[in-house]
Amino acid sequence: MATTANTFQAHHDDHAHHDADHKPAFFARWFMSTNHKDIGTLYLIFAIIAGIVGGAISGVMRAELAQPGIQVLGSWVSMMGGAESFEANLHAWNVLITAHGLIMVFFMVMPAMIGGFGNWFVPLMIGAPDMAFPRMNNISFWLTVAGFVSLCISLFLPGDATGMGAGTGWTVYAPLSTSGSPGPATDFAIFALHLAGAGSILGATNFITTIFNMRAPGMTLHKMPLFVWSILVTAFLLLLALPVLAAAITMLITDRNFGTTFFSADGGGDPVLYQHLFWFFGHPEVYIMILPGFGMISQIIATFSRKPVFGYLGMAYAMVAIGVVGFIVWAHHMYTVGLDVNTKMYFTAATMVIAVPTGVKIFSWIATMWGGSIEYKSPMVWALGMIFLFTVGGVTGVYLANGGIDDVVHDTYFVVAHFHYVLSMGAVFSMFAGFYYWFPKMSGRMHSELLSHLHFWGFFIGVNVIFFPQHFLGLQGMPRRYPDYAEAYAYWNEISSLGYLIMAGSMIFFFANIVYAFVAGKKAPANYWGEGATTLEWSLSSPPPFHQFETLPVIEDDHDYHNHMPKGSPATA
Amino acid sequence: MNLGKSTARIFAPIGAALLLALAPQGALAQEAAPAVERAAATEAAPAAAETGAAAIGAVDDKADASTTDVAEGSSAYTPLGPEWIKGQPTPGGIDVQKQYSPIGEQAKPFHTALVWIMAIICIFVLGLMLFTMWRFRRSANPVPSRTTHNTLIEVVWTLLPVLILVGIAIPSISLLSAQYKSAPEDAVTVKVTGYQWYWGYTYPDNGGFEVISNMMPEDEARSKGFPAQLEVDNRMVVPAGEWIRLQTTAADVIHAFAVPSLWFKLDAVPGRLNEKRLMIKEPGIYYGQCSELCGAKHGYMPIAVEALPRPQFEAWVRAQGGTVGEPEEAAAPAAAPVQQPESAAQQPAAEGAAPTAAPAA
Repeated sequence: MATTANTFQAHHDDHAHHDADHKPAFFARWFMSTNHKDIGTLYLIFAIIAGIVGGAISGVMRAELAQPGIQVLGSWVSMMGGAESFEANLHAWNVLITAHGLIMVFFMVMPAMIGGFGNWFVPLMIGAPDMAFPRMNNISFWLTVAGFVSLCISLFLPGDATGMGAGTGWTVYAPLSTSGSPGPATDFAIFALHLAGAGSILGATNFITTIFNMRAPGMTLHKMPLFVWSILVTAFLLLLALPVLAAAITMLITDRNFGTTFFSADGGGDPVLYQHLFWFFGHPEVYIMILPGFGMISQIIATFSRKPVFGYLGMAYAMVAIGVVGFIVWAHHMYTVGLDVNTKMYFTAATMVIAVPTGVKIFSWIATMWGGSIEYKSPMVWALGMIFLFTVGGVTGVYLANGGIDDVVHDTYFVVAHFHYVLSMGAVFSMFAGFYYWFPKMSGRMHSELLSHLHFWGFFIGVNVIFFPQHFLGLQGMPRRYPDYAEAYAYWNEISSLGYLIMAGSMIFFFANIVYAFVAGKKAPANYWGEGATTLEWSLSSPPPFHQFETLPVIEDDHDYHNHMPKGSPATA
Repeated sequence: MNLGKSTARIFAPIGAALLLALAPQGALAQEAAPAVERAAATEAAPAAAETGAAAIGAVDDKADASTTDVAEGSSAYTPLGPEWIKGQPTPGGIDVQKQYSPIGEQAKPFHTALVWIMAIICIFVLGLMLFTMWRFRRSANPVPSRTTHNTLIEVVWTLLPVLILVGIAIPSISLLSAQYKSAPEDAVTVKVTGYQWYWGYTYPDNGGFEVISNMMPEDEARSKGFPAQLEVDNRMVVPAGEWIRLQTTAADVIHAFAVPSLWFKLDAVPGRLNEKRLMIKEPGIYYGQCSELCGAKHGYMPIAVEALPRPQFEAWVRAQGGTVGEPEEAAAPAAAPVQQPESAAQQPAAEGAAPTAAPAA
């Protein structure tokens, strides 16, 4: 890593420590927080809660799909206070897939990655006392919570003639989301996106300002840890992509309620315009969800290999390249919508280009390990799992990039398998890796390595059993977003549902581990991972003082830039 | 025709190997074995279908075809029975369905090549990772190297993927351009309209009648030997071995017309008319399903395409009250009376054509 903690003397005298640890009372501390670490903690707690909800929903979905026919949706409808009927049950399915998608994207992955780990560790890693706009940081979080509440409210409001809740899919395509869903549930679901989006835009401006202006003296952009780079690129993607989503869904709201016809051909509009706008946001969004993961994996691989990241600049600019190219590939989500041939050829070629910087990252991680002294602690096994599974999801992405091939797999379970390999495995494995990497730093208590490894193996096997067979289902033609299917698809669906049980079972170890850490966990020292952990957060106590870096650390220029290591070390001597 | 079989043979071990690689635990290893058996079993089915195809080929040549149930007494058109089902998912299948259209036949080898490339890349990365993990574990290599740069290798791992991608892009682009050739002028036009939650098939070249196609109730489908949730009450009937100009639109929300065994998928968007050509090489039944979320019964609006030899297709058109033949032909006074008895002899129920010819005569 570019920055080494041993070049900096932490401010440790007792008097300063006392000031730094003065905390507000409970309500003021957690509900009016302006402290980046507290807000990060709030985001992480929120993401875990949303993850439980979204994960439980996928459990209902896998239970329904375990065999052909409609079995469990009826009990879901009555549980939510609706009247069971065939159509109401089917509508409930659409509500479930919509809620699962929105919750996992906007209220689990994004809050955890950017709000949680970003808030906690960007200021620590760049040697800043806090975020640039602490109060804006607070409103970012509470807007996200308000968005989640709005989405939950939508579940209890009429969606369309067939039942309660918004059944539009997370993509909210018009006209299903306009004339197709007249009830107020869809308005609330769309408004949830507005709120979460506004929170994310504010968060993004905060991160950009913080990273550009609040780096400790001596920390140039090219010395920033890769996790900070990843958050910087992500923040730019958010800032540029989310306003487009906001515009698109505002037009949905006016089409629904004020008689405009932006997306209705009746009045000169075009339903396909909505898809262009949505995916202009939606494709960068998938990189928003994975880039912070890339950053965390880079930190973790370097730490446990006891070796600086291989090809630091290549890694940083690969993320920039992914971010830039990510904006010009959106229509590969729309290959069957009726694009003309030249458009489709362009998007096929442009999409495949993304595989190049992504490949650079995968190979650089392996090259970082090469020659290292690798220790298989819990964050490392999750990171290694992520690298392999993301590779699998990445190559199926190249497959899907081919417009001509997409005709047979578009909107099938193959796509579901693909994006769960990059998100449910790529992003989620990075989050668990980051969680185990930093949990003792955040809480001050060590978690159990045994429980973390059990969690890993259960989760690894579980998600593969869930999602690998879905490739087969998709190639065989099973469309996505189906609550029921022909008998021919029963075999792999049943296996997939069994995988869910394995995955869900492994989560017991995760929660048990948190409980264990707080009840019986050993007190965590400042740098519990040893000499491989070199970024600034390891120079602080675990947990860090309430306010850190009251005297800014100075990153001395004793750095051998070419080899990314302190001068005088064996390689340069 | 051997392609389908060889593909299945190739794909089965790869699938099994990947499954094994991903989940080395015993429980899953056991699952992999049935996967191979299943794939082997699926080979039998296409083989049987090929025999059927050969029979059909014969039928195709002799269009009057009293040998088939299809043509017999076609005054009352009889839909094809379950023995004609060709495009449908295979239980436990792991590869794309057998292809029955020229585009499908062009795309499938490309698909197979891509699956190989994907498998090789994954196995290469996994192998490299496992070797690195083993070779450089802390106990084996207590002192880490400090190497952080190697320009040559960085250039190689940037350029090599570029070369692979260019290799993929060339056949990919040519496949795309093949898909986008427009249908010849004399192609049969079928306009597909998506409704919540059924399909309408209009034949503008044949008098503009519309066939409404709903899912057949599951019990009825099972009792007749058809796959439940895929069979419909009225199929979309088209001539086999001819280009079809398929147009899609929708009446309410977006639907998507998709038939996996024909390598065909096109969204049906309200206010738009999408068009793509399609050819089905041999008679048979080909199933598909709506592939764009369209509301509560999205899962229950299947597509069944029935491809028939030309004469049987025309008989079906007449049975629907439609017309066959170019307006110019009908207008030619000399031609009409000559053709009339002949076609009437072949198709006892050719009344549908008579009114068209009569005013001209």
